[in-house]
Amino acid sequence: MISYMLCLVLFSVGLYCILRKRNVIKIIIGIGIMEYAANLFFVLLGYRTHGRSPIYAIDQEIKSMVDPLTQSVVLTGIVLGLSVTLLLVAIAIRIYERYGTFDITKITKLKG
Amino acid sequence: MEISFIAIPLASAFVVAMIANLDERIQDCIACLAALATLTLSLFAITVLSGAGSSGAIVYKVGGWVPPFGVSIVIDGLAAFMLVTVNLIALAALFYSTGYMKKYTDKWKFYALFLLLLAGINGVLVSGDVFNLYIFMEIAAIAAYALVAFGTTAEELEASFKYAVMGTVASCFIFLGIAFLYGYSSTLNMADMASVLASKGPSGALLLASVLFLMGFGLKAALAPFHAWLAYAHSSAPAPVSAMLSGVVIKVLGMYAIARIFFNVFGITPVISFMILTLAVLSMIVGSMLAFVQSDIKRMLAYSTVSQIGYVALGLGVGTPLAIFGALFHLFNHSLFKSLLFLNSGSIERVAGTRDMGKIAGILDKAPLTAYTGLVGALSICGVPPLGGFWSKFIIILACIQAGRPILALTAVVVSILTLAYYFKSYTPVLFGNVTTSKQIKAKSLFTMNAPMVALTVLVALAAFILIPVVGNVFMDGAVASLVRGISYTDVVFEALK
Amino acid sequence: MKRMGNTEDRGMTLIIKTVTRITLGFILLYGIYIAVSGHVEPGGGFAGGVIVALSLVHVMLAFGKEAALNRLHASGLRVILGLSTLVFLTIVVLGFRCRGLVSEIIIPICQAVITASALFAIFVALVLLSKKDRDAEEGK
Repeated sequence: MISYMLCLVLFSVGLYCILRKRNVIKIIIGIGIMEYAANLFFVLLGYRTHGRSPIYAIDQEIKSMVDPLTQSVVLTGIVLGLSVTLLLVAIAIRIYERYGTFDITKITKLKG
Repeated sequence: MEISFIAIPLASAFVVAMIANLDERIQDCIACLAALATLTLSLFAITVLSGAGSSGAIVYKVGGWVPPFGVSIVIDGLAAFMLVTVNLIALAALFYSTGYMKKYTDKWKFYALFLLLLAGINGVLVSGDVFNLYIFMEIAAIAAYALVAFGTTAEELEASFKYAVMGTVASCFIFLGIAFLYGYSSTLNMADMASVLASKGPSGALLLASVLFLMGFGLKAALAPFHAWLAYAHSSAPAPVSAMLSGVVIKVLGMYAIARIFFNVFGITPVISFMILTLAVLSMIVGSMLAFVQSDIKRMLAYSTVSQIGYVALGLGVGTPLAIFGALFHLFNHSLFKSLLFLNSGSIERVAGTRDMGKIAGILDKAPLTAYTGLVGALSICGVPPLGGFWSKFIIILACIQAGRPILALTAVVVSILTLAYYFKSYTPVLFGNVTTSKQIKAKSLFTMNAPMVALTVLVALAAFILIPVVGNVFMDGAVASLVRGISYTDVVFEALK
Repeated sequence: MKRMGNTEDRGMTLIIKTVTRITLGFILLYGIYIAVSGHVEPGGGFAGGVIVALSLVHVMLAFGKEAALNRLHASGLRVILGLSTLVFLTIVVLGFRCRGLVSEIIIPICQAVITASALFAIFVALVLLSKKDRDAEEGK
């Protein structure tokens, strides 16, 4: 139970980072933290005590396996997170080119 | 057939990327043909489904695994209806961009991203699995973030960054919601999940997941407290991208996902419909208030989207069959006229050289076609009687009164009057204003830009014909039935599997 | 890392270049091994592709941008990415219709190629972007 709670704490840390930090790169790091927290929570759901890897073998007796579905889901989630992060970093580089700053409070050409 | 909704745009995206060095016209052809092919397929799907009666569904088991174990692809009435809408708008926007995007370099990148967006949206519509829905939603969202930043001017980058951050936070909430749902029901397939949740009954985990989904999808749908990103993203993007984003992306990623999950998987409860109604009323009022004070034509249209998406949510929240019919009809109408208006704003910008409504006047004299198509779109969104927009709003208001919610009906009427007021205020000088005060004509309008606008105008003008039973039976009945039947969605899917 | 003026594009010191030259083949081979052995052991197309992409990134870091781009040009990268994705997609679509299509080797290799080319393309794009940015700043 405590590990699930720690996931949610991590999630909140990421959210705090996005909401409060002014640096664009720190916001991207916050998004990374949030994604990792969500992924960690999902993969923990599939954990079984003393479970082994979910690979079927004829010569072994299998008593308890971890859930393979959460692992494949999280693998996909990590790839999606990677692509979002890369896109954000590319945009951040371009933003620095245009505005000359990483401070989100100074990136305000759009108003209203 | 089911997989080609995803495979055709995806394959053409990479084909366009591979032949980037060849002639631009070949890329134009490939992109438009891909959208035409998916449109034809979706029309085929909707006729097949209407032939099978209102409880028909096309279900495909990927890899031959039956649903609780494998991923399934489900096209029911709602999905087929949305597929037609999406691919229609995508075709119009792609045809428009063959001319419009000439002012940008690297057109192939635009086509690749646009087709990726189309593949993602079609994927969201055809998937019968919650996590698959999430994956395709992310694909569509990432393509949309990149498309908003396509011009790489300072404003576009800023808008794209804000959109991307907000969208990713929403995705994280949705992912967390899926995790809670999986932990509670041990399945990801929507049909199977519906039956598991029905047998397990309500619980705290389910309520938490509902709130997370409502936050995440509400942000993607730009419902009122979460609407801030929309005005940035939709007003900064190139015109065909704005048309696509405002016309279909927020509806598919937001409203369709809300409808599918809350109606067909969770089963709608009074608490959920109260929350949806609150968001709906809030976004109707906030959107129209903010649209009033805008001077940028695309920003005004973007805030008007917030207000109009509130109508769709209102219909879904009331939840009677008539209200759902009204909501889906309004969704279809709004896709048509809002994408028409955004394409139109691109043409106005091209003719007048600016988007500031204070500086544009007398489009009617310079580009009559642009002016008349814009006028029809604006009249329809204001709810002027013979056009589709009037009937869909009228049906929603009627359904509110019928369901015994006069206050909601009154709100809808007031917002409708507000819509008329701000379109009247902003569009009249733009279209009919005194010519002498305006700047010189910048560029002639192109055929490729006019043709989709005229086609959409004709569709907007004819949209009211859906109310005639012969047309409506084919087009809308399956969609309404698939929402009205609620969690017996699972029976339909498992019936179709046999 | 020490930045050495205009020699930056020509890469790093002799030691690093020599070590890169020796290890490059092994890294590539290891990446391919990981890609094809994902059935029972840990591994698979994505992990293998990441390692293959890292070997290319390694070359770029050691010898400079030009050397790496001479080996694998950006437009060539695009064609490889597109082709492998199309092959991958064709197999998937065929697998929808014809049961029992054996693709245990093709799918991980395609996936590895896609991952490697995509990651390398992204790295190249980011390097070019930041390079332009730095040039712009020095020009001021």
